[in-house]
Amino acid sequence: MIELVDVSKHFGHLKALRHVDLEVPAGQKLVIIGPSGSGKSTLIRCVNMLEKPSSGRVIVDGVELTALRAPVAKVRQSVAMVFQSFNLYPHKTVLENVALAPIVVCGVKKEQATEAALTYLKRVGLSDKADKYPAQLSGGQQQRVAIARALNMHPKIMLFDEPTSALDPEMIQEVLEVIIDLAQGGITMVVVTHEMGFAKEAADRVVFMDEGRIIEDGTPEHFFENPQHDRTKLFLSKILR
Amino acid sequence: MSDLIANIGFLQQGPFAIPRWEALFSNIDLLWQGTIVTLIVASLGLALALVLGTVLGVMAASHWRIPRAFARAYVEFYQNTPLLIQVFMIFNALPMLFSGLFIPVITIGILGVGMYHGAYISEVVRAGIQSIGRGQLEAALSQGFTYIGAMRYIIIPQAMRIVLPPLTNQAVSLIKNTSVIAIIAGGDLMYAGDAFAGRFGHYGPTYVVVGLGYFLMCFPLAMLARRLEDRTRVL
Repeated sequence: MIELVDVSKHFGHLKALRHVDLEVPAGQKLVIIGPSGSGKSTLIRCVNMLEKPSSGRVIVDGVELTALRAPVAKVRQSVAMVFQSFNLYPHKTVLENVALAPIVVCGVKKEQATEAALTYLKRVGLSDKADKYPAQLSGGQQQRVAIARALNMHPKIMLFDEPTSALDPEMIQEVLEVIIDLAQGGITMVVVTHEMGFAKEAADRVVFMDEGRIIEDGTPEHFFENPQHDRTKLFLSKILR
Repeated sequence: MSDLIANIGFLQQGPFAIPRWEALFSNIDLLWQGTIVTLIVASLGLALALVLGTVLGVMAASHWRIPRAFARAYVEFYQNTPLLIQVFMIFNALPMLFSGLFIPVITIGILGVGMYHGAYISEVVRAGIQSIGRGQLEAALSQGFTYIGAMRYIIIPQAMRIVLPPLTNQAVSLIKNTSVIAIIAGGDLMYAGDAFAGRFGHYGPTYVVVGLGYFLMCFPLAMLARRLEDRTRVL
């Protein structure tokens, strides 16, 4: 479903990604872990081309996005992303936030998109907030709206870029519960997170990154109980006090 | 009462003498006609400036190299040459370039102020777009919006709130700048006033009233700009 081949990304002198290869089969729940600056956000942003790789190939759903004149916008319709800072549209109501892109981008009828939006808002437990504006919601609620907005695109792939890192501690759980619930379904998920509990509970596979490389790749059991690299062990010892 | 007035010298003779005021007000129709021309040039010029400014502003804020360079060049050219020369160019040079071309003077005024203020408005629009956080564009792109679609539905509606006060100030400048067409016999308020004043030497009252006319057109907009500024500060 997602294939990264020899992907590198440089920001000036900074090498954010160094020759990364990664293949994510359909339906997999992949969690990417790593210290800050390890390149995990850059990696996930290369999947939907919010970052253009400096070299290498990105293939999503059978389309090579790094090719010249690739239909990037078309592929993005089925690759939803949830951001660390929510990035809801502040001038639109919650309902409009969720329904807008299906109507404008996909050409879904307004009534149909609105109805679907209400269904997804209900699923994230926010149907009573449909007419509010994002600024009137708590961080946790905003992120759940962002998830509903992503779901209303009926994506094949969902990318989560540190979805709980900007939240107050007491709101992390309500967002994680929604994501864990989603992970029960058949959708392909890539989640960059610092939430080890989530990785243990919901992931099929954990990838550990450091200095722009993938240095550990395996099941959650492998990762937490039997890590191979010293760097991984050091990281885990710091994070699982 | 008349004794009182008789003792005030400057109302009896000189540039502001009462007969001059009387002459002006019995010909006030001339100024009304000029005002209508000014309002037409200002409103159509503003429409042109808004369209140009929005398109150029989006181009200037984009990551496409050639449109961005074009917008830059346009803005620098129009911001760094006098409006008067631009109007003279359209008035004198264009008809020489395309012989037989006749551009009505009102159209020259609309093109002149429209293109000139289009440059300024594009800078306002560009700054407005760039003030919207990068995350908004990324969220829109990640949902499959094209760049233009993201601008239209997500970025520009948000930028509009920020941009409205400086935009209103541009409208005020534009109204005042329509007066340059007086120099090419534009038939606008400035021209009408000047033509009347010159005929009999009633400069004093005429310029006061013409100035007041511009003030009445601009002041409500300036107030509106201040109101909008206060509102954006609250938001």
